Amino acid sequence: MQMKEYKPLIVAFCCNWCSYAGADLAGNNRLNYPAEVKIIRVPCSCRVNPMFILRAFQRGADGVIICGCHPGDCHYTSGNYYTRRRMATLFSMLDYLGIEKERTRVEWVSAAEGAKFAATMNDFVKTVASLGENKRLEDLRCKR
Amino acid sequence: MQRIGVFVCWCGSNIAGTVDVKAVAEALKNEPGVVFSTDYQYMCSQAGQDLIKNAVKEHNLTGIVVCSCSPRMHEATFRKTASAAGLNPYMVEIANIREQCSWVHKEMPLGTQKAIILGKAAVAKVNLNTPLTPGESPVTKRALVIGGGIAGIQTALDIADAGFPVDIVEKKPTIGGKMAQLDKTFPTLDCAACILTPKMVDVAQNENIRIFSYSEVEAVKGFVGNFEVKIKKKARFVDETKCTGCGACIEKCPQKKVPNEFNLGMDTRRAIYIPFAQAVPKVATIDPDYCNMLKNGKCGVCTKFCAAGAIDYKQKDEMIEEKYGAIVVATGFEPISMDKFDEFAYSQSKDVITSLEFERLTNAAGPTAGKLLRPSDGKHPEKIVFVQCVGSRCSACAEKGKEYCSKICCMYTAKHAMLTRDKYPDTEVTVFYIDVRTPGKNFDEFQRRAVEEYGVNYIKGMVGKITPEGDKLKVRGSDLIANKQIKIDADLVVLAAAIEPDKSARPLATMLTASMDTNDFFTEAHPKLRPVESPTAGVFLSGTCQGPKDIPETVSQAGAAASKVIGLLQKDKLVGNPCVASSDQLMCNGCSSCERVCPYGAISYEDKDFPGPNRTTKTRRVAVVNPAVCQGCGACTVACPSGAMDLSGFKNTQIMAEVDAICK
Amino acid sequence: MENKYLKDEVVRISGVDPKKCMRCGKCTATCPSFDEMEYHPHQFVYMVESGDIEPLLHSESLYKCLSCFACVDRCPRGVEPAKLVEAVKLSVIRQKESNRLKADDIAKYLDSDMPQQAIVSAFRKYSK
Repeated sequence: MQMKEYKPLIVAFCCNWCSYAGADLAGNNRLNYPAEVKIIRVPCSCRVNPMFILRAFQRGADGVIICGCHPGDCHYTSGNYYTRRRMATLFSMLDYLGIEKERTRVEWVSAAEGAKFAATMNDFVKTVASLGENKRLEDLRCKR
Repeated sequence: MQRIGVFVCWCGSNIAGTVDVKAVAEALKNEPGVVFSTDYQYMCSQAGQDLIKNAVKEHNLTGIVVCSCSPRMHEATFRKTASAAGLNPYMVEIANIREQCSWVHKEMPLGTQKAIILGKAAVAKVNLNTPLTPGESPVTKRALVIGGGIAGIQTALDIADAGFPVDIVEKKPTIGGKMAQLDKTFPTLDCAACILTPKMVDVAQNENIRIFSYSEVEAVKGFVGNFEVKIKKKARFVDETKCTGCGACIEKCPQKKVPNEFNLGMDTRRAIYIPFAQAVPKVATIDPDYCNMLKNGKCGVCTKFCAAGAIDYKQKDEMIEEKYGAIVVATGFEPISMDKFDEFAYSQSKDVITSLEFERLTNAAGPTAGKLLRPSDGKHPEKIVFVQCVGSRCSACAEKGKEYCSKICCMYTAKHAMLTRDKYPDTEVTVFYIDVRTPGKNFDEFQRRAVEEYGVNYIKGMVGKITPEGDKLKVRGSDLIANKQIKIDADLVVLAAAIEPDKSARPLATMLTASMDTNDFFTEAHPKLRPVESPTAGVFLSGTCQGPKDIPETVSQAGAAASKVIGLLQKDKLVGNPCVASSDQLMCNGCSSCERVCPYGAISYEDKDFPGPNRTTKTRRVAVVNPAVCQGCGACTVACPSGAMDLSGFKNTQIMAEVDAICK
Repeated sequence: MENKYLKDEVVRISGVDPKKCMRCGKCTATCPSFDEMEYHPHQFVYMVESGDIEPLLHSESLYKCLSCFACVDRCPRGVEPAKLVEAVKLSVIRQKESNRLKADDIAKYLDSDMPQQAIVSAFRKYSK
C-alpha cells in the first residue's frame, strides 16, 4: 500500500483590518505558504465564536489559527483583548479534551507583516503536520 | 432558495497561471444554489462587469460569487456592479483566489483545488446572505483641530475659509507652536515670526474659528460625522474675556525666577506671563506652580495692578462638550531629550546646546536679544561645532535615539552655520555630518552656498566625545575622508537633536482609536494614496504628528487635510456600514453581557412586552443596538450567552457555513 | 582583494553584521588609541565588509586596540567594531595554532595598578 503524504487541514480566521491585509501582502510579495491553509475573513478577531472552532474540529480540521491586530492596534480598540482571553480559556479546555495546544493558536499579524503571516503559516502547518490527524473531536458522521 | 452566479476571473495570468480557472468554474456549477458559472479574463474590466450584469438579468440571479483578487481590492467594484444590475450590493461575496491562492502557491493542482474550496465557501456564505440597506447618519458641520502649531493653524484657516466652523484646541497658553520659536526659515531665510504671526492674527479674527488655548482633549466618543468631544479648559486664573494683554501685571509680579519654557529655560519669566509678545490669544496666564498667591495665599499684587479686573484666583478647570463632524490631529513634535547622550556632555556644560536652543539664542526676542553669546559666560563664541544626526538614524539603543532620519536637521544646521558666518565672519564654524540630505526645492543649492560662499567647514564624520575643560569644549571627531581623528577646542557646540512626536500623541491616539507606528507617529490610511487620513474614519492628520516634515511640507499637508475635512463636512448625510449587530429580542434575556463588551456603547436596553402563556403579556428587558453607533466588530455576538446577538454580513450561520465548506 | 573564507570566519566569530554600518565614523572619532592604529575602527568595519582582511591580519592595529569598547558603546547602529578587531585577532592566533601566553607565565605580567578590564583584555589578546 502506498502511503499518501499527510496534509493537514488548517482553518485560519483573519481580522479584516490587519491580518487579512497581512495575508494579502504575503500574496503581493509572493511569499509562499502551504495550500492547506484556508482563510475565513471576519471583521475582527473577536467575532470568532468558539462554536466556529469546535465546528471546524468536528468537521475534521487539524488545526485552527486566529490572527488579529497587535494588542493596542485593534481597529475596534479592544476586540483582540477579548480574543486573547476567550481563546486562552477555550484552548485550555480543548487541550483537556485531547486537542493538543499546538493545534490551536492566536497570532498577531499587522497589515504590514506579510512576511510574518507567511512564516507563521509555514510554522503552524509544520507543527500541526507533526501531530498528525485530529481524531479526538472529529465527528464520524461528518467523515469525508 | 438563492439563484447564484459564479464568476471566475483569470486576472490575465495572475490567477490563470496557477489556477485552472475553467476547472474552478466547472466544479462550482454543482454547488447548491448555483445556476450559472463562467470565467473571464478580467472580471473587473468594463466588459467583465457587463458580463455579470447580463448574467444577473438573464438567469435571474439573486446572489453573486466573484472568484478574483482580494475583497479589499475590488469588493466595492463588484458591489456597484450588482447594484447597477438591480441586485442588493450586499448579495456579493468575493473568493480571494489571487492574493491568498494563486500568488502564494506554485503548483497548479494545489492552487486549483484550494481555489475550488474557497469558491465553495463563498457560495455557502452567499446562500445565507440577506439584502442589507445601510443606515444614514447626519454630519455635524463643525471640525476640531487638535494642536495650534503651523499645521493646526493652516488646517483651521482653510476649513474656516470654506465656511465651516472650526475649534482649535491648544495645550499651551498661545497658538503658534514650534514655528513661533524659530528665528529664520530655510531656504529663503525669511523670519519665522514675520510669516507666522499674521496667520495667528487671521485665526484670532476669523469668525468661524474658536481657539481653546491652555486646553486639552479629555475624551472622544462617537464616530465619523458625529464625534462628541470633552475638552478641558485648564484654569489660567485670568478671565480671558476681560484681560487686555496690557502686561501691567507681568511687570509687577514679584516672582521673577520661573524658568521660561518659551526660551527653553535659558532665561526666566514671571509667575504671571504671556509666552511671547505676539501670543494669540494675548491673555496672561498664572503659573500655579510658582504663584505665591495660589501656593500660600500671600501676594495678590497682580489683582491690584489689573485695570480690567481680570485676575481670578478662584477660577476652576472648565469642561466643554462639543459635537464635531471631523477631527484633525496636528499635535506636532518635540526634540528628543539629550540627557542620555553622555558623550556629548549636554548635561555637563551649558555651552552644549540643541539646535532649538540655538534658534532662541539667535532670535531677537530670545534671551540674548539676538546676540550670539555663550550661555555659560555670555562671551562671544569664536569656534562653533555643529553635530548632525544626534539621536537620528540610531538603531542601536531605542531608549537613547530614534531609528528614523529626522529630515529637517541637515537644512537647519546649514542655515545656522550660514547665518553665523554671515553675522559674525570671525567665527570658525565646523559641521560634522554623516550624510547631507537636501532633497527639496533650492535645498541643495542652499547647503552648497553655506560651504562655498560662507566658508562653513563641513567634515564627513561624527563627533565621538565632548569634554568640557576650562572654558573650552574639547571636541573629538573623525574625518573619514582624510582618515583622521580631529580635535577641536570649541566655544559652543550645537547638537542637531532628533525629533519625536509630542508626548500627548499616544493617549490621544487611544482616545481616537487611531493607529500609530512604533515611533508614536500616527499612521495614514494608505502611505501613498491616502497620506492625510487616519485609518479611523473622520480622523485626519496634519503636520509632524504623521512623520518628520519641514514647514512647506507641513503647510501643504495641512491644506490637504483641510480639503478632506471640507469634503466630509459638506455632505448632508453619511452612508453607514450595514454590517452591524442586532439582537433577536425573542431570544435575548437582557443579561447585559453584550453591553459590557461593546467598545462604542452602541447597546442599550429597553423593556418590551411579549406575549406570555394564557394570553398574558410579559415585560422583559431586551438589548437594542443603535446601528449608527455600531461599527460591526462582533464582540457582542460572542459574549451573548443565549445566541441572540448576531452580526449582519457575518452571521453565525454564514461563518459556520464557510467552516463547513472548507472542512468538507 | 576579497577573501570570502576569512570574511565568513571573522563575521562568524564576532557575531557582528558589518552591513549595519552607515559610515558615520563615530567609532573612529571616539577611539582613544587612534594615533597608534594603522587601520582605524571604521576601516576595520569597511574592510571586513568588503572581505579585504589580509592587510588587517598583518597589521599591528590588532594589538593596539585597547578593547575599551568605546566604539561599541557609541555606535548608533550597534555594529560593535571592537568585536571585529577581536575576531580578526582570533583568526590570526588560530592560524598560528600556538598558545602565546602560558598559564604559568601570567603571574609575572600582573601589575596591581593595571585596570581589571585591561588584564582580562590582555588575556584575550595573547592567549587562546
